[in-house]
Amino acid sequence: MSAETPSRRRERIDRGIKVRTAGLYALMSWRELSYLILPRLVLIVGLLGLPMMMPGMYWKRVISIVCIYALLAIVFDFLAHFVGLVSLGGAFFVGTGGYLSAILNIKLGLPPLLCVPGATLLGGALCTLLLLPCLPLRGVYFAIVTLMYPLLLARVIEALNILGGTDGIMGIDSFPSAWIEQYLVIVLVLVFLFGLRRLVNTDLGLVLRAVKDNDQAVRASAMNVTFYKALGVFIGASIGCLAGACLVHIYMWAGISTFALDFSVLPIAATVIGGSGTLVGPLLGCLILVPVSELLRDFGTLRIVFYSLILLGFTVFRSEGLMVFGQRKYHQFERWKSI
Amino acid sequence: MTGQPILQVQEVTKTFGGIIALNRVSFEVREGEILGIIGPNGSGKTTVVNCITGFVKVTAGRVFFRGRDITSRPPHQIAGLGVTRTFQIMRPYYSLPAYKNLVIPLFSPRARRTGGWRGGGRMGDRNTVGIDILEEIGFERDSYVPYKVTSTLPTGYLKRLELARCLALKPELIICDEVFSGLSMSEIASMVPLIERLQMEGITLIMIEHRLRELFQVANRVMVLNFGEKLVEGSSGEVMADARVREAYFGSEAVEEVMVHA
Repeated sequence: MSAETPSRRRERIDRGIKVRTAGLYALMSWRELSYLILPRLVLIVGLLGLPMMMPGMYWKRVISIVCIYALLAIVFDFLAHFVGLVSLGGAFFVGTGGYLSAILNIKLGLPPLLCVPGATLLGGALCTLLLLPCLPLRGVYFAIVTLMYPLLLARVIEALNILGGTDGIMGIDSFPSAWIEQYLVIVLVLVFLFGLRRLVNTDLGLVLRAVKDNDQAVRASAMNVTFYKALGVFIGASIGCLAGACLVHIYMWAGISTFALDFSVLPIAATVIGGSGTLVGPLLGCLILVPVSELLRDFGTLRIVFYSLILLGFTVFRSEGLMVFGQRKYHQFERWKSI
Repeated sequence: MTGQPILQVQEVTKTFGGIIALNRVSFEVREGEILGIIGPNGSGKTTVVNCITGFVKVTAGRVFFRGRDITSRPPHQIAGLGVTRTFQIMRPYYSLPAYKNLVIPLFSPRARRTGGWRGGGRMGDRNTVGIDILEEIGFERDSYVPYKVTSTLPTGYLKRLELARCLALKPELIICDEVFSGLSMSEIASMVPLIERLQMEGITLIMIEHRLRELFQVANRVMVLNFGEKLVEGSSGEVMADARVREAYFGSEAVEEVMVHA
């Protein structure tokens, strides 16, 4: 401890408008209404308008990739913060969803707009089934197993030379039009972002959060913890598989690289930068990280170094995450108080 | 208290590695009574609770609830039958407001079937029913207490919250693992009538306690455990008079003091 005691401290207080907008009162003035609606509107309009602001095809494609990663990052945040499962399974979900959609498209000849929902549900069920054995356990097992599956599946495909082997599955149909391709993923991100935010505040979402908080108490409440964990994993895995399915139809190719660990790691980094537990933070993190990663391509081999420096900077100077910081500034003000 | 046996524990043995935590313990609980279980530290009281409620698997022996074998069934199934428990070390959902803690048991299949305590949860909003239960159990409804984040509540309220979680399941049997411990005298004084009221509502209770004075006030029968074995069972007077109990547990002076106050 330092010798001199501070004569003042900083205190944080909720803004009056935040308290007023918590109830019905919010409907009574434009100011209060806009306090609630504007941030959401900026997000929705901004995301929908983003492709139009992009200079060329290349950057429009980057926006799609941002959205793919954003779906995975939102899933990571949902599972880690609201179900209590640390998932390294982005690659697992993307690979499973991607290959399933490719198989549905090539083998059964289904159009992409049917393949994608099919791969979403089938993939979600398949991933949940494969992860089921480690769900009754607490601790790091879930993280380890979700990391193991993509490595395993990629090697199986390579060794047995099935599903196109190392060449991958080629000739997958693309979405019917460039517009659908561009906006489908953006709309999906918005739908699942707001959907999950609503879900975690329902009674069912409360049960999922309770599983994270104290699973013994949930057992004592006559609830099957493994079932609710599986339900959370199914929701997360389905969204992850959806991202993978969209990806292969954008690239018109499904290969071993859909099991690449980038899909597991980048969403976690994005969640750290954006702020965990906010669900919108991970999206923000992806909006920063993915384009930065593209811009850094000019640096060649040094790219990873700069990328790491940026991550390091965020963890040291803004470890709470941008969105947590931003929400605090939006909802609260600080003042000095003499003591 | 001459109801039918609601819970029968037969020759239950539990070993942890080489340690025998429970050695062929048998007892039964009759409908509507309050059975006290006492014993020195490490005598196996909490292990009895864990064995009945399925939180640990018994090594040998059987547990029957209303004649149905519930030995080593998963905890959520046993709780779903109405055999509920509190935890000695409280296990609330610290990140949620107090009343939201009750949304979880009210969401369970049992509560959705029965509506929870007093049946309100079947049709009503679970938040309101949760606040109703909290009020019943001693949270002041019109104060801010039920709405506070659970991690900021004092021990007395957390103990009550443990009981509230059981009540939300419309329990037939509540096993209280030291609900009096860690409470001030005035908090205990307000807890005793609550326990009596639960019995009046027709709920059977098993109470594990170190606070003998208050336990003897409410318990109809008392069982003493020592080193994982049942020492004696009977009314509080009989138990106190037993020489083995004195030797194992009380020390003669303590017994006299309790006898004077009981």
